Amino acid sequence: MCLAIPAKITTLEANSMAEVDILGVSRHVSLDLVPEAKVGDFVLVHAGFAIQVVDEEYAEETLQILKDINLVDMEAELAGTGE
Amino acid sequence: MDLSGYRDPEIAKKLIEAIHSTATAPVKFMEVCGTHTVAIARNGLRDVMPEMITLLSGPGCPVCVTGNTDIDTAIEFARQPGVIVTTFGDIIKVPCSYSSLSREKADGRDVRIVYSPLDALDIAGRNPDNHVVFIGVGFETTVPIIASAIQEAARRGLENFSVFSAHKTVPAALGALVNDPDVAVGGFILPGHVSVIIGLEPYRFLAEEYGVPSVITGFEPIDVLQGVYMLAKQVAEGRAEVEIAYTRAVPPQGNPAAIAKIEEVFEPVDAEWRGIGVIPGTGLAIREKYSHYDAMVRIPVTPPEPVEIKGCQCGEVLRGITLPFECKLFGRGCTPEHPIGPCMVSSEGSCAAYYRYTDYGR
Ligand code: SF4
Repeated sequence: MCLAIPAKITTLEANSMAEVDILGVSRHVSLDLVPEAKVGDFVLVHAGFAIQVVDEEYAEETLQILKDINLVDMEAELAGTGE
Repeated sequence: MDLSGYRDPEIAKKLIEAIHSTATAPVKFMEVCGTHTVAIARNGLRDVMPEMITLLSGPGCPVCVTGNTDIDTAIEFARQPGVIVTTFGDIIKVPCSYSSLSREKADGRDVRIVYSPLDALDIAGRNPDNHVVFIGVGFETTVPIIASAIQEAARRGLENFSVFSAHKTVPAALGALVNDPDVAVGGFILPGHVSVIIGLEPYRFLAEEYGVPSVITGFEPIDVLQGVYMLAKQVAEGRAEVEIAYTRAVPPQGNPAAIAKIEEVFEPVDAEWRGIGVIPGTGLAIREKYSHYDAMVRIPVTPPEPVEIKGCQCGEVLRGITLPFECKLFGRGCTPEHPIGPCMVSSEGSCAAYYRYTDYGR
């Protein structure tokens, strides 16, 4: 029930509404809860409302950390436990 | 947004290895979000855990934790002449003491499923001679949306729209679980989209008062594995903190605009959780200022005495004490096609997730 899906804002509309693109499908959602959101932002959409702006940079960064740095971390840890 | 990296089997493998090497003592981690329940079951994540780590499902499905009295009340609204009941799809099949909203609909009552509360406002606009009651069930993810819809109803000058608020808030319920001697949770996988709204602060007492590690995480397989790894690491290092794995969507402060909306429209009250009982301050009542949009004020109804569903162990399942397939009725009399309890009805219920995605109990 707390499912929320990422969507990209394509057009701002009247009454804090916006047109967004969700996996190629266009929908109208309310931006009432994310007044700072602008065209081009990714937002999480839940029940017809954008509830948060998703940070693309963080999304990339987390993956990158998991791909590289964490591996080093983990190896250090493995070495630390003598395995 | 390309999230395919969050399903990368190479990264998953790495994380699973890391979890295995980090877990050195038996521990139970509980997820408290129905979307996590489904993500874990669908991706078979329980099966890749080391023996030391048990993943439990907690009270994470808003529909499942809604008590019979609230659903009985929703049905009373549907039975009032001229009332159109609107709600999200999940709740309508839930059996309560005597009926369900879908049975009432089959009997000719006007019950409509909406995708958004804004759709309910449109229905009210098109049906000025009817009164539209929206049945509000959900956690903090949903509550600011309902608050915004109430304000929008006021802006549109709608006289025939109100909300029955059966909403609940999550953090204090986790406190109740930690206090429950039967449960013994060693760490919480915290709900990503509740936390998108409330941020990290409201959970801090879990770590500081109870010493329970907690990690807020997302819903892709990598998100869940990363969350479990961070929990295992806290346990191994003897730390108890609230950490965020889902940094792309959860800033530590949450969504202040949404929090302000909740506080503007709702006030905390005690709420009854299925299987747990009354937890102080975890319900949300509509404030006096917005009482014109409070269904209980506009159309006061009294539900009959609630009756519990015989043989259903949803209450124990929701506390992580009983696993779904340990219920005698699981798969034998209770299936998603013919559900007996709410945990099998809702697509995010633990019983439904176990039934659909695993072989347990077959
Ligand atoms: S399997 Fe069915 S009867 Fe048993 S606890 Fe789950 S919902 Fe209730």
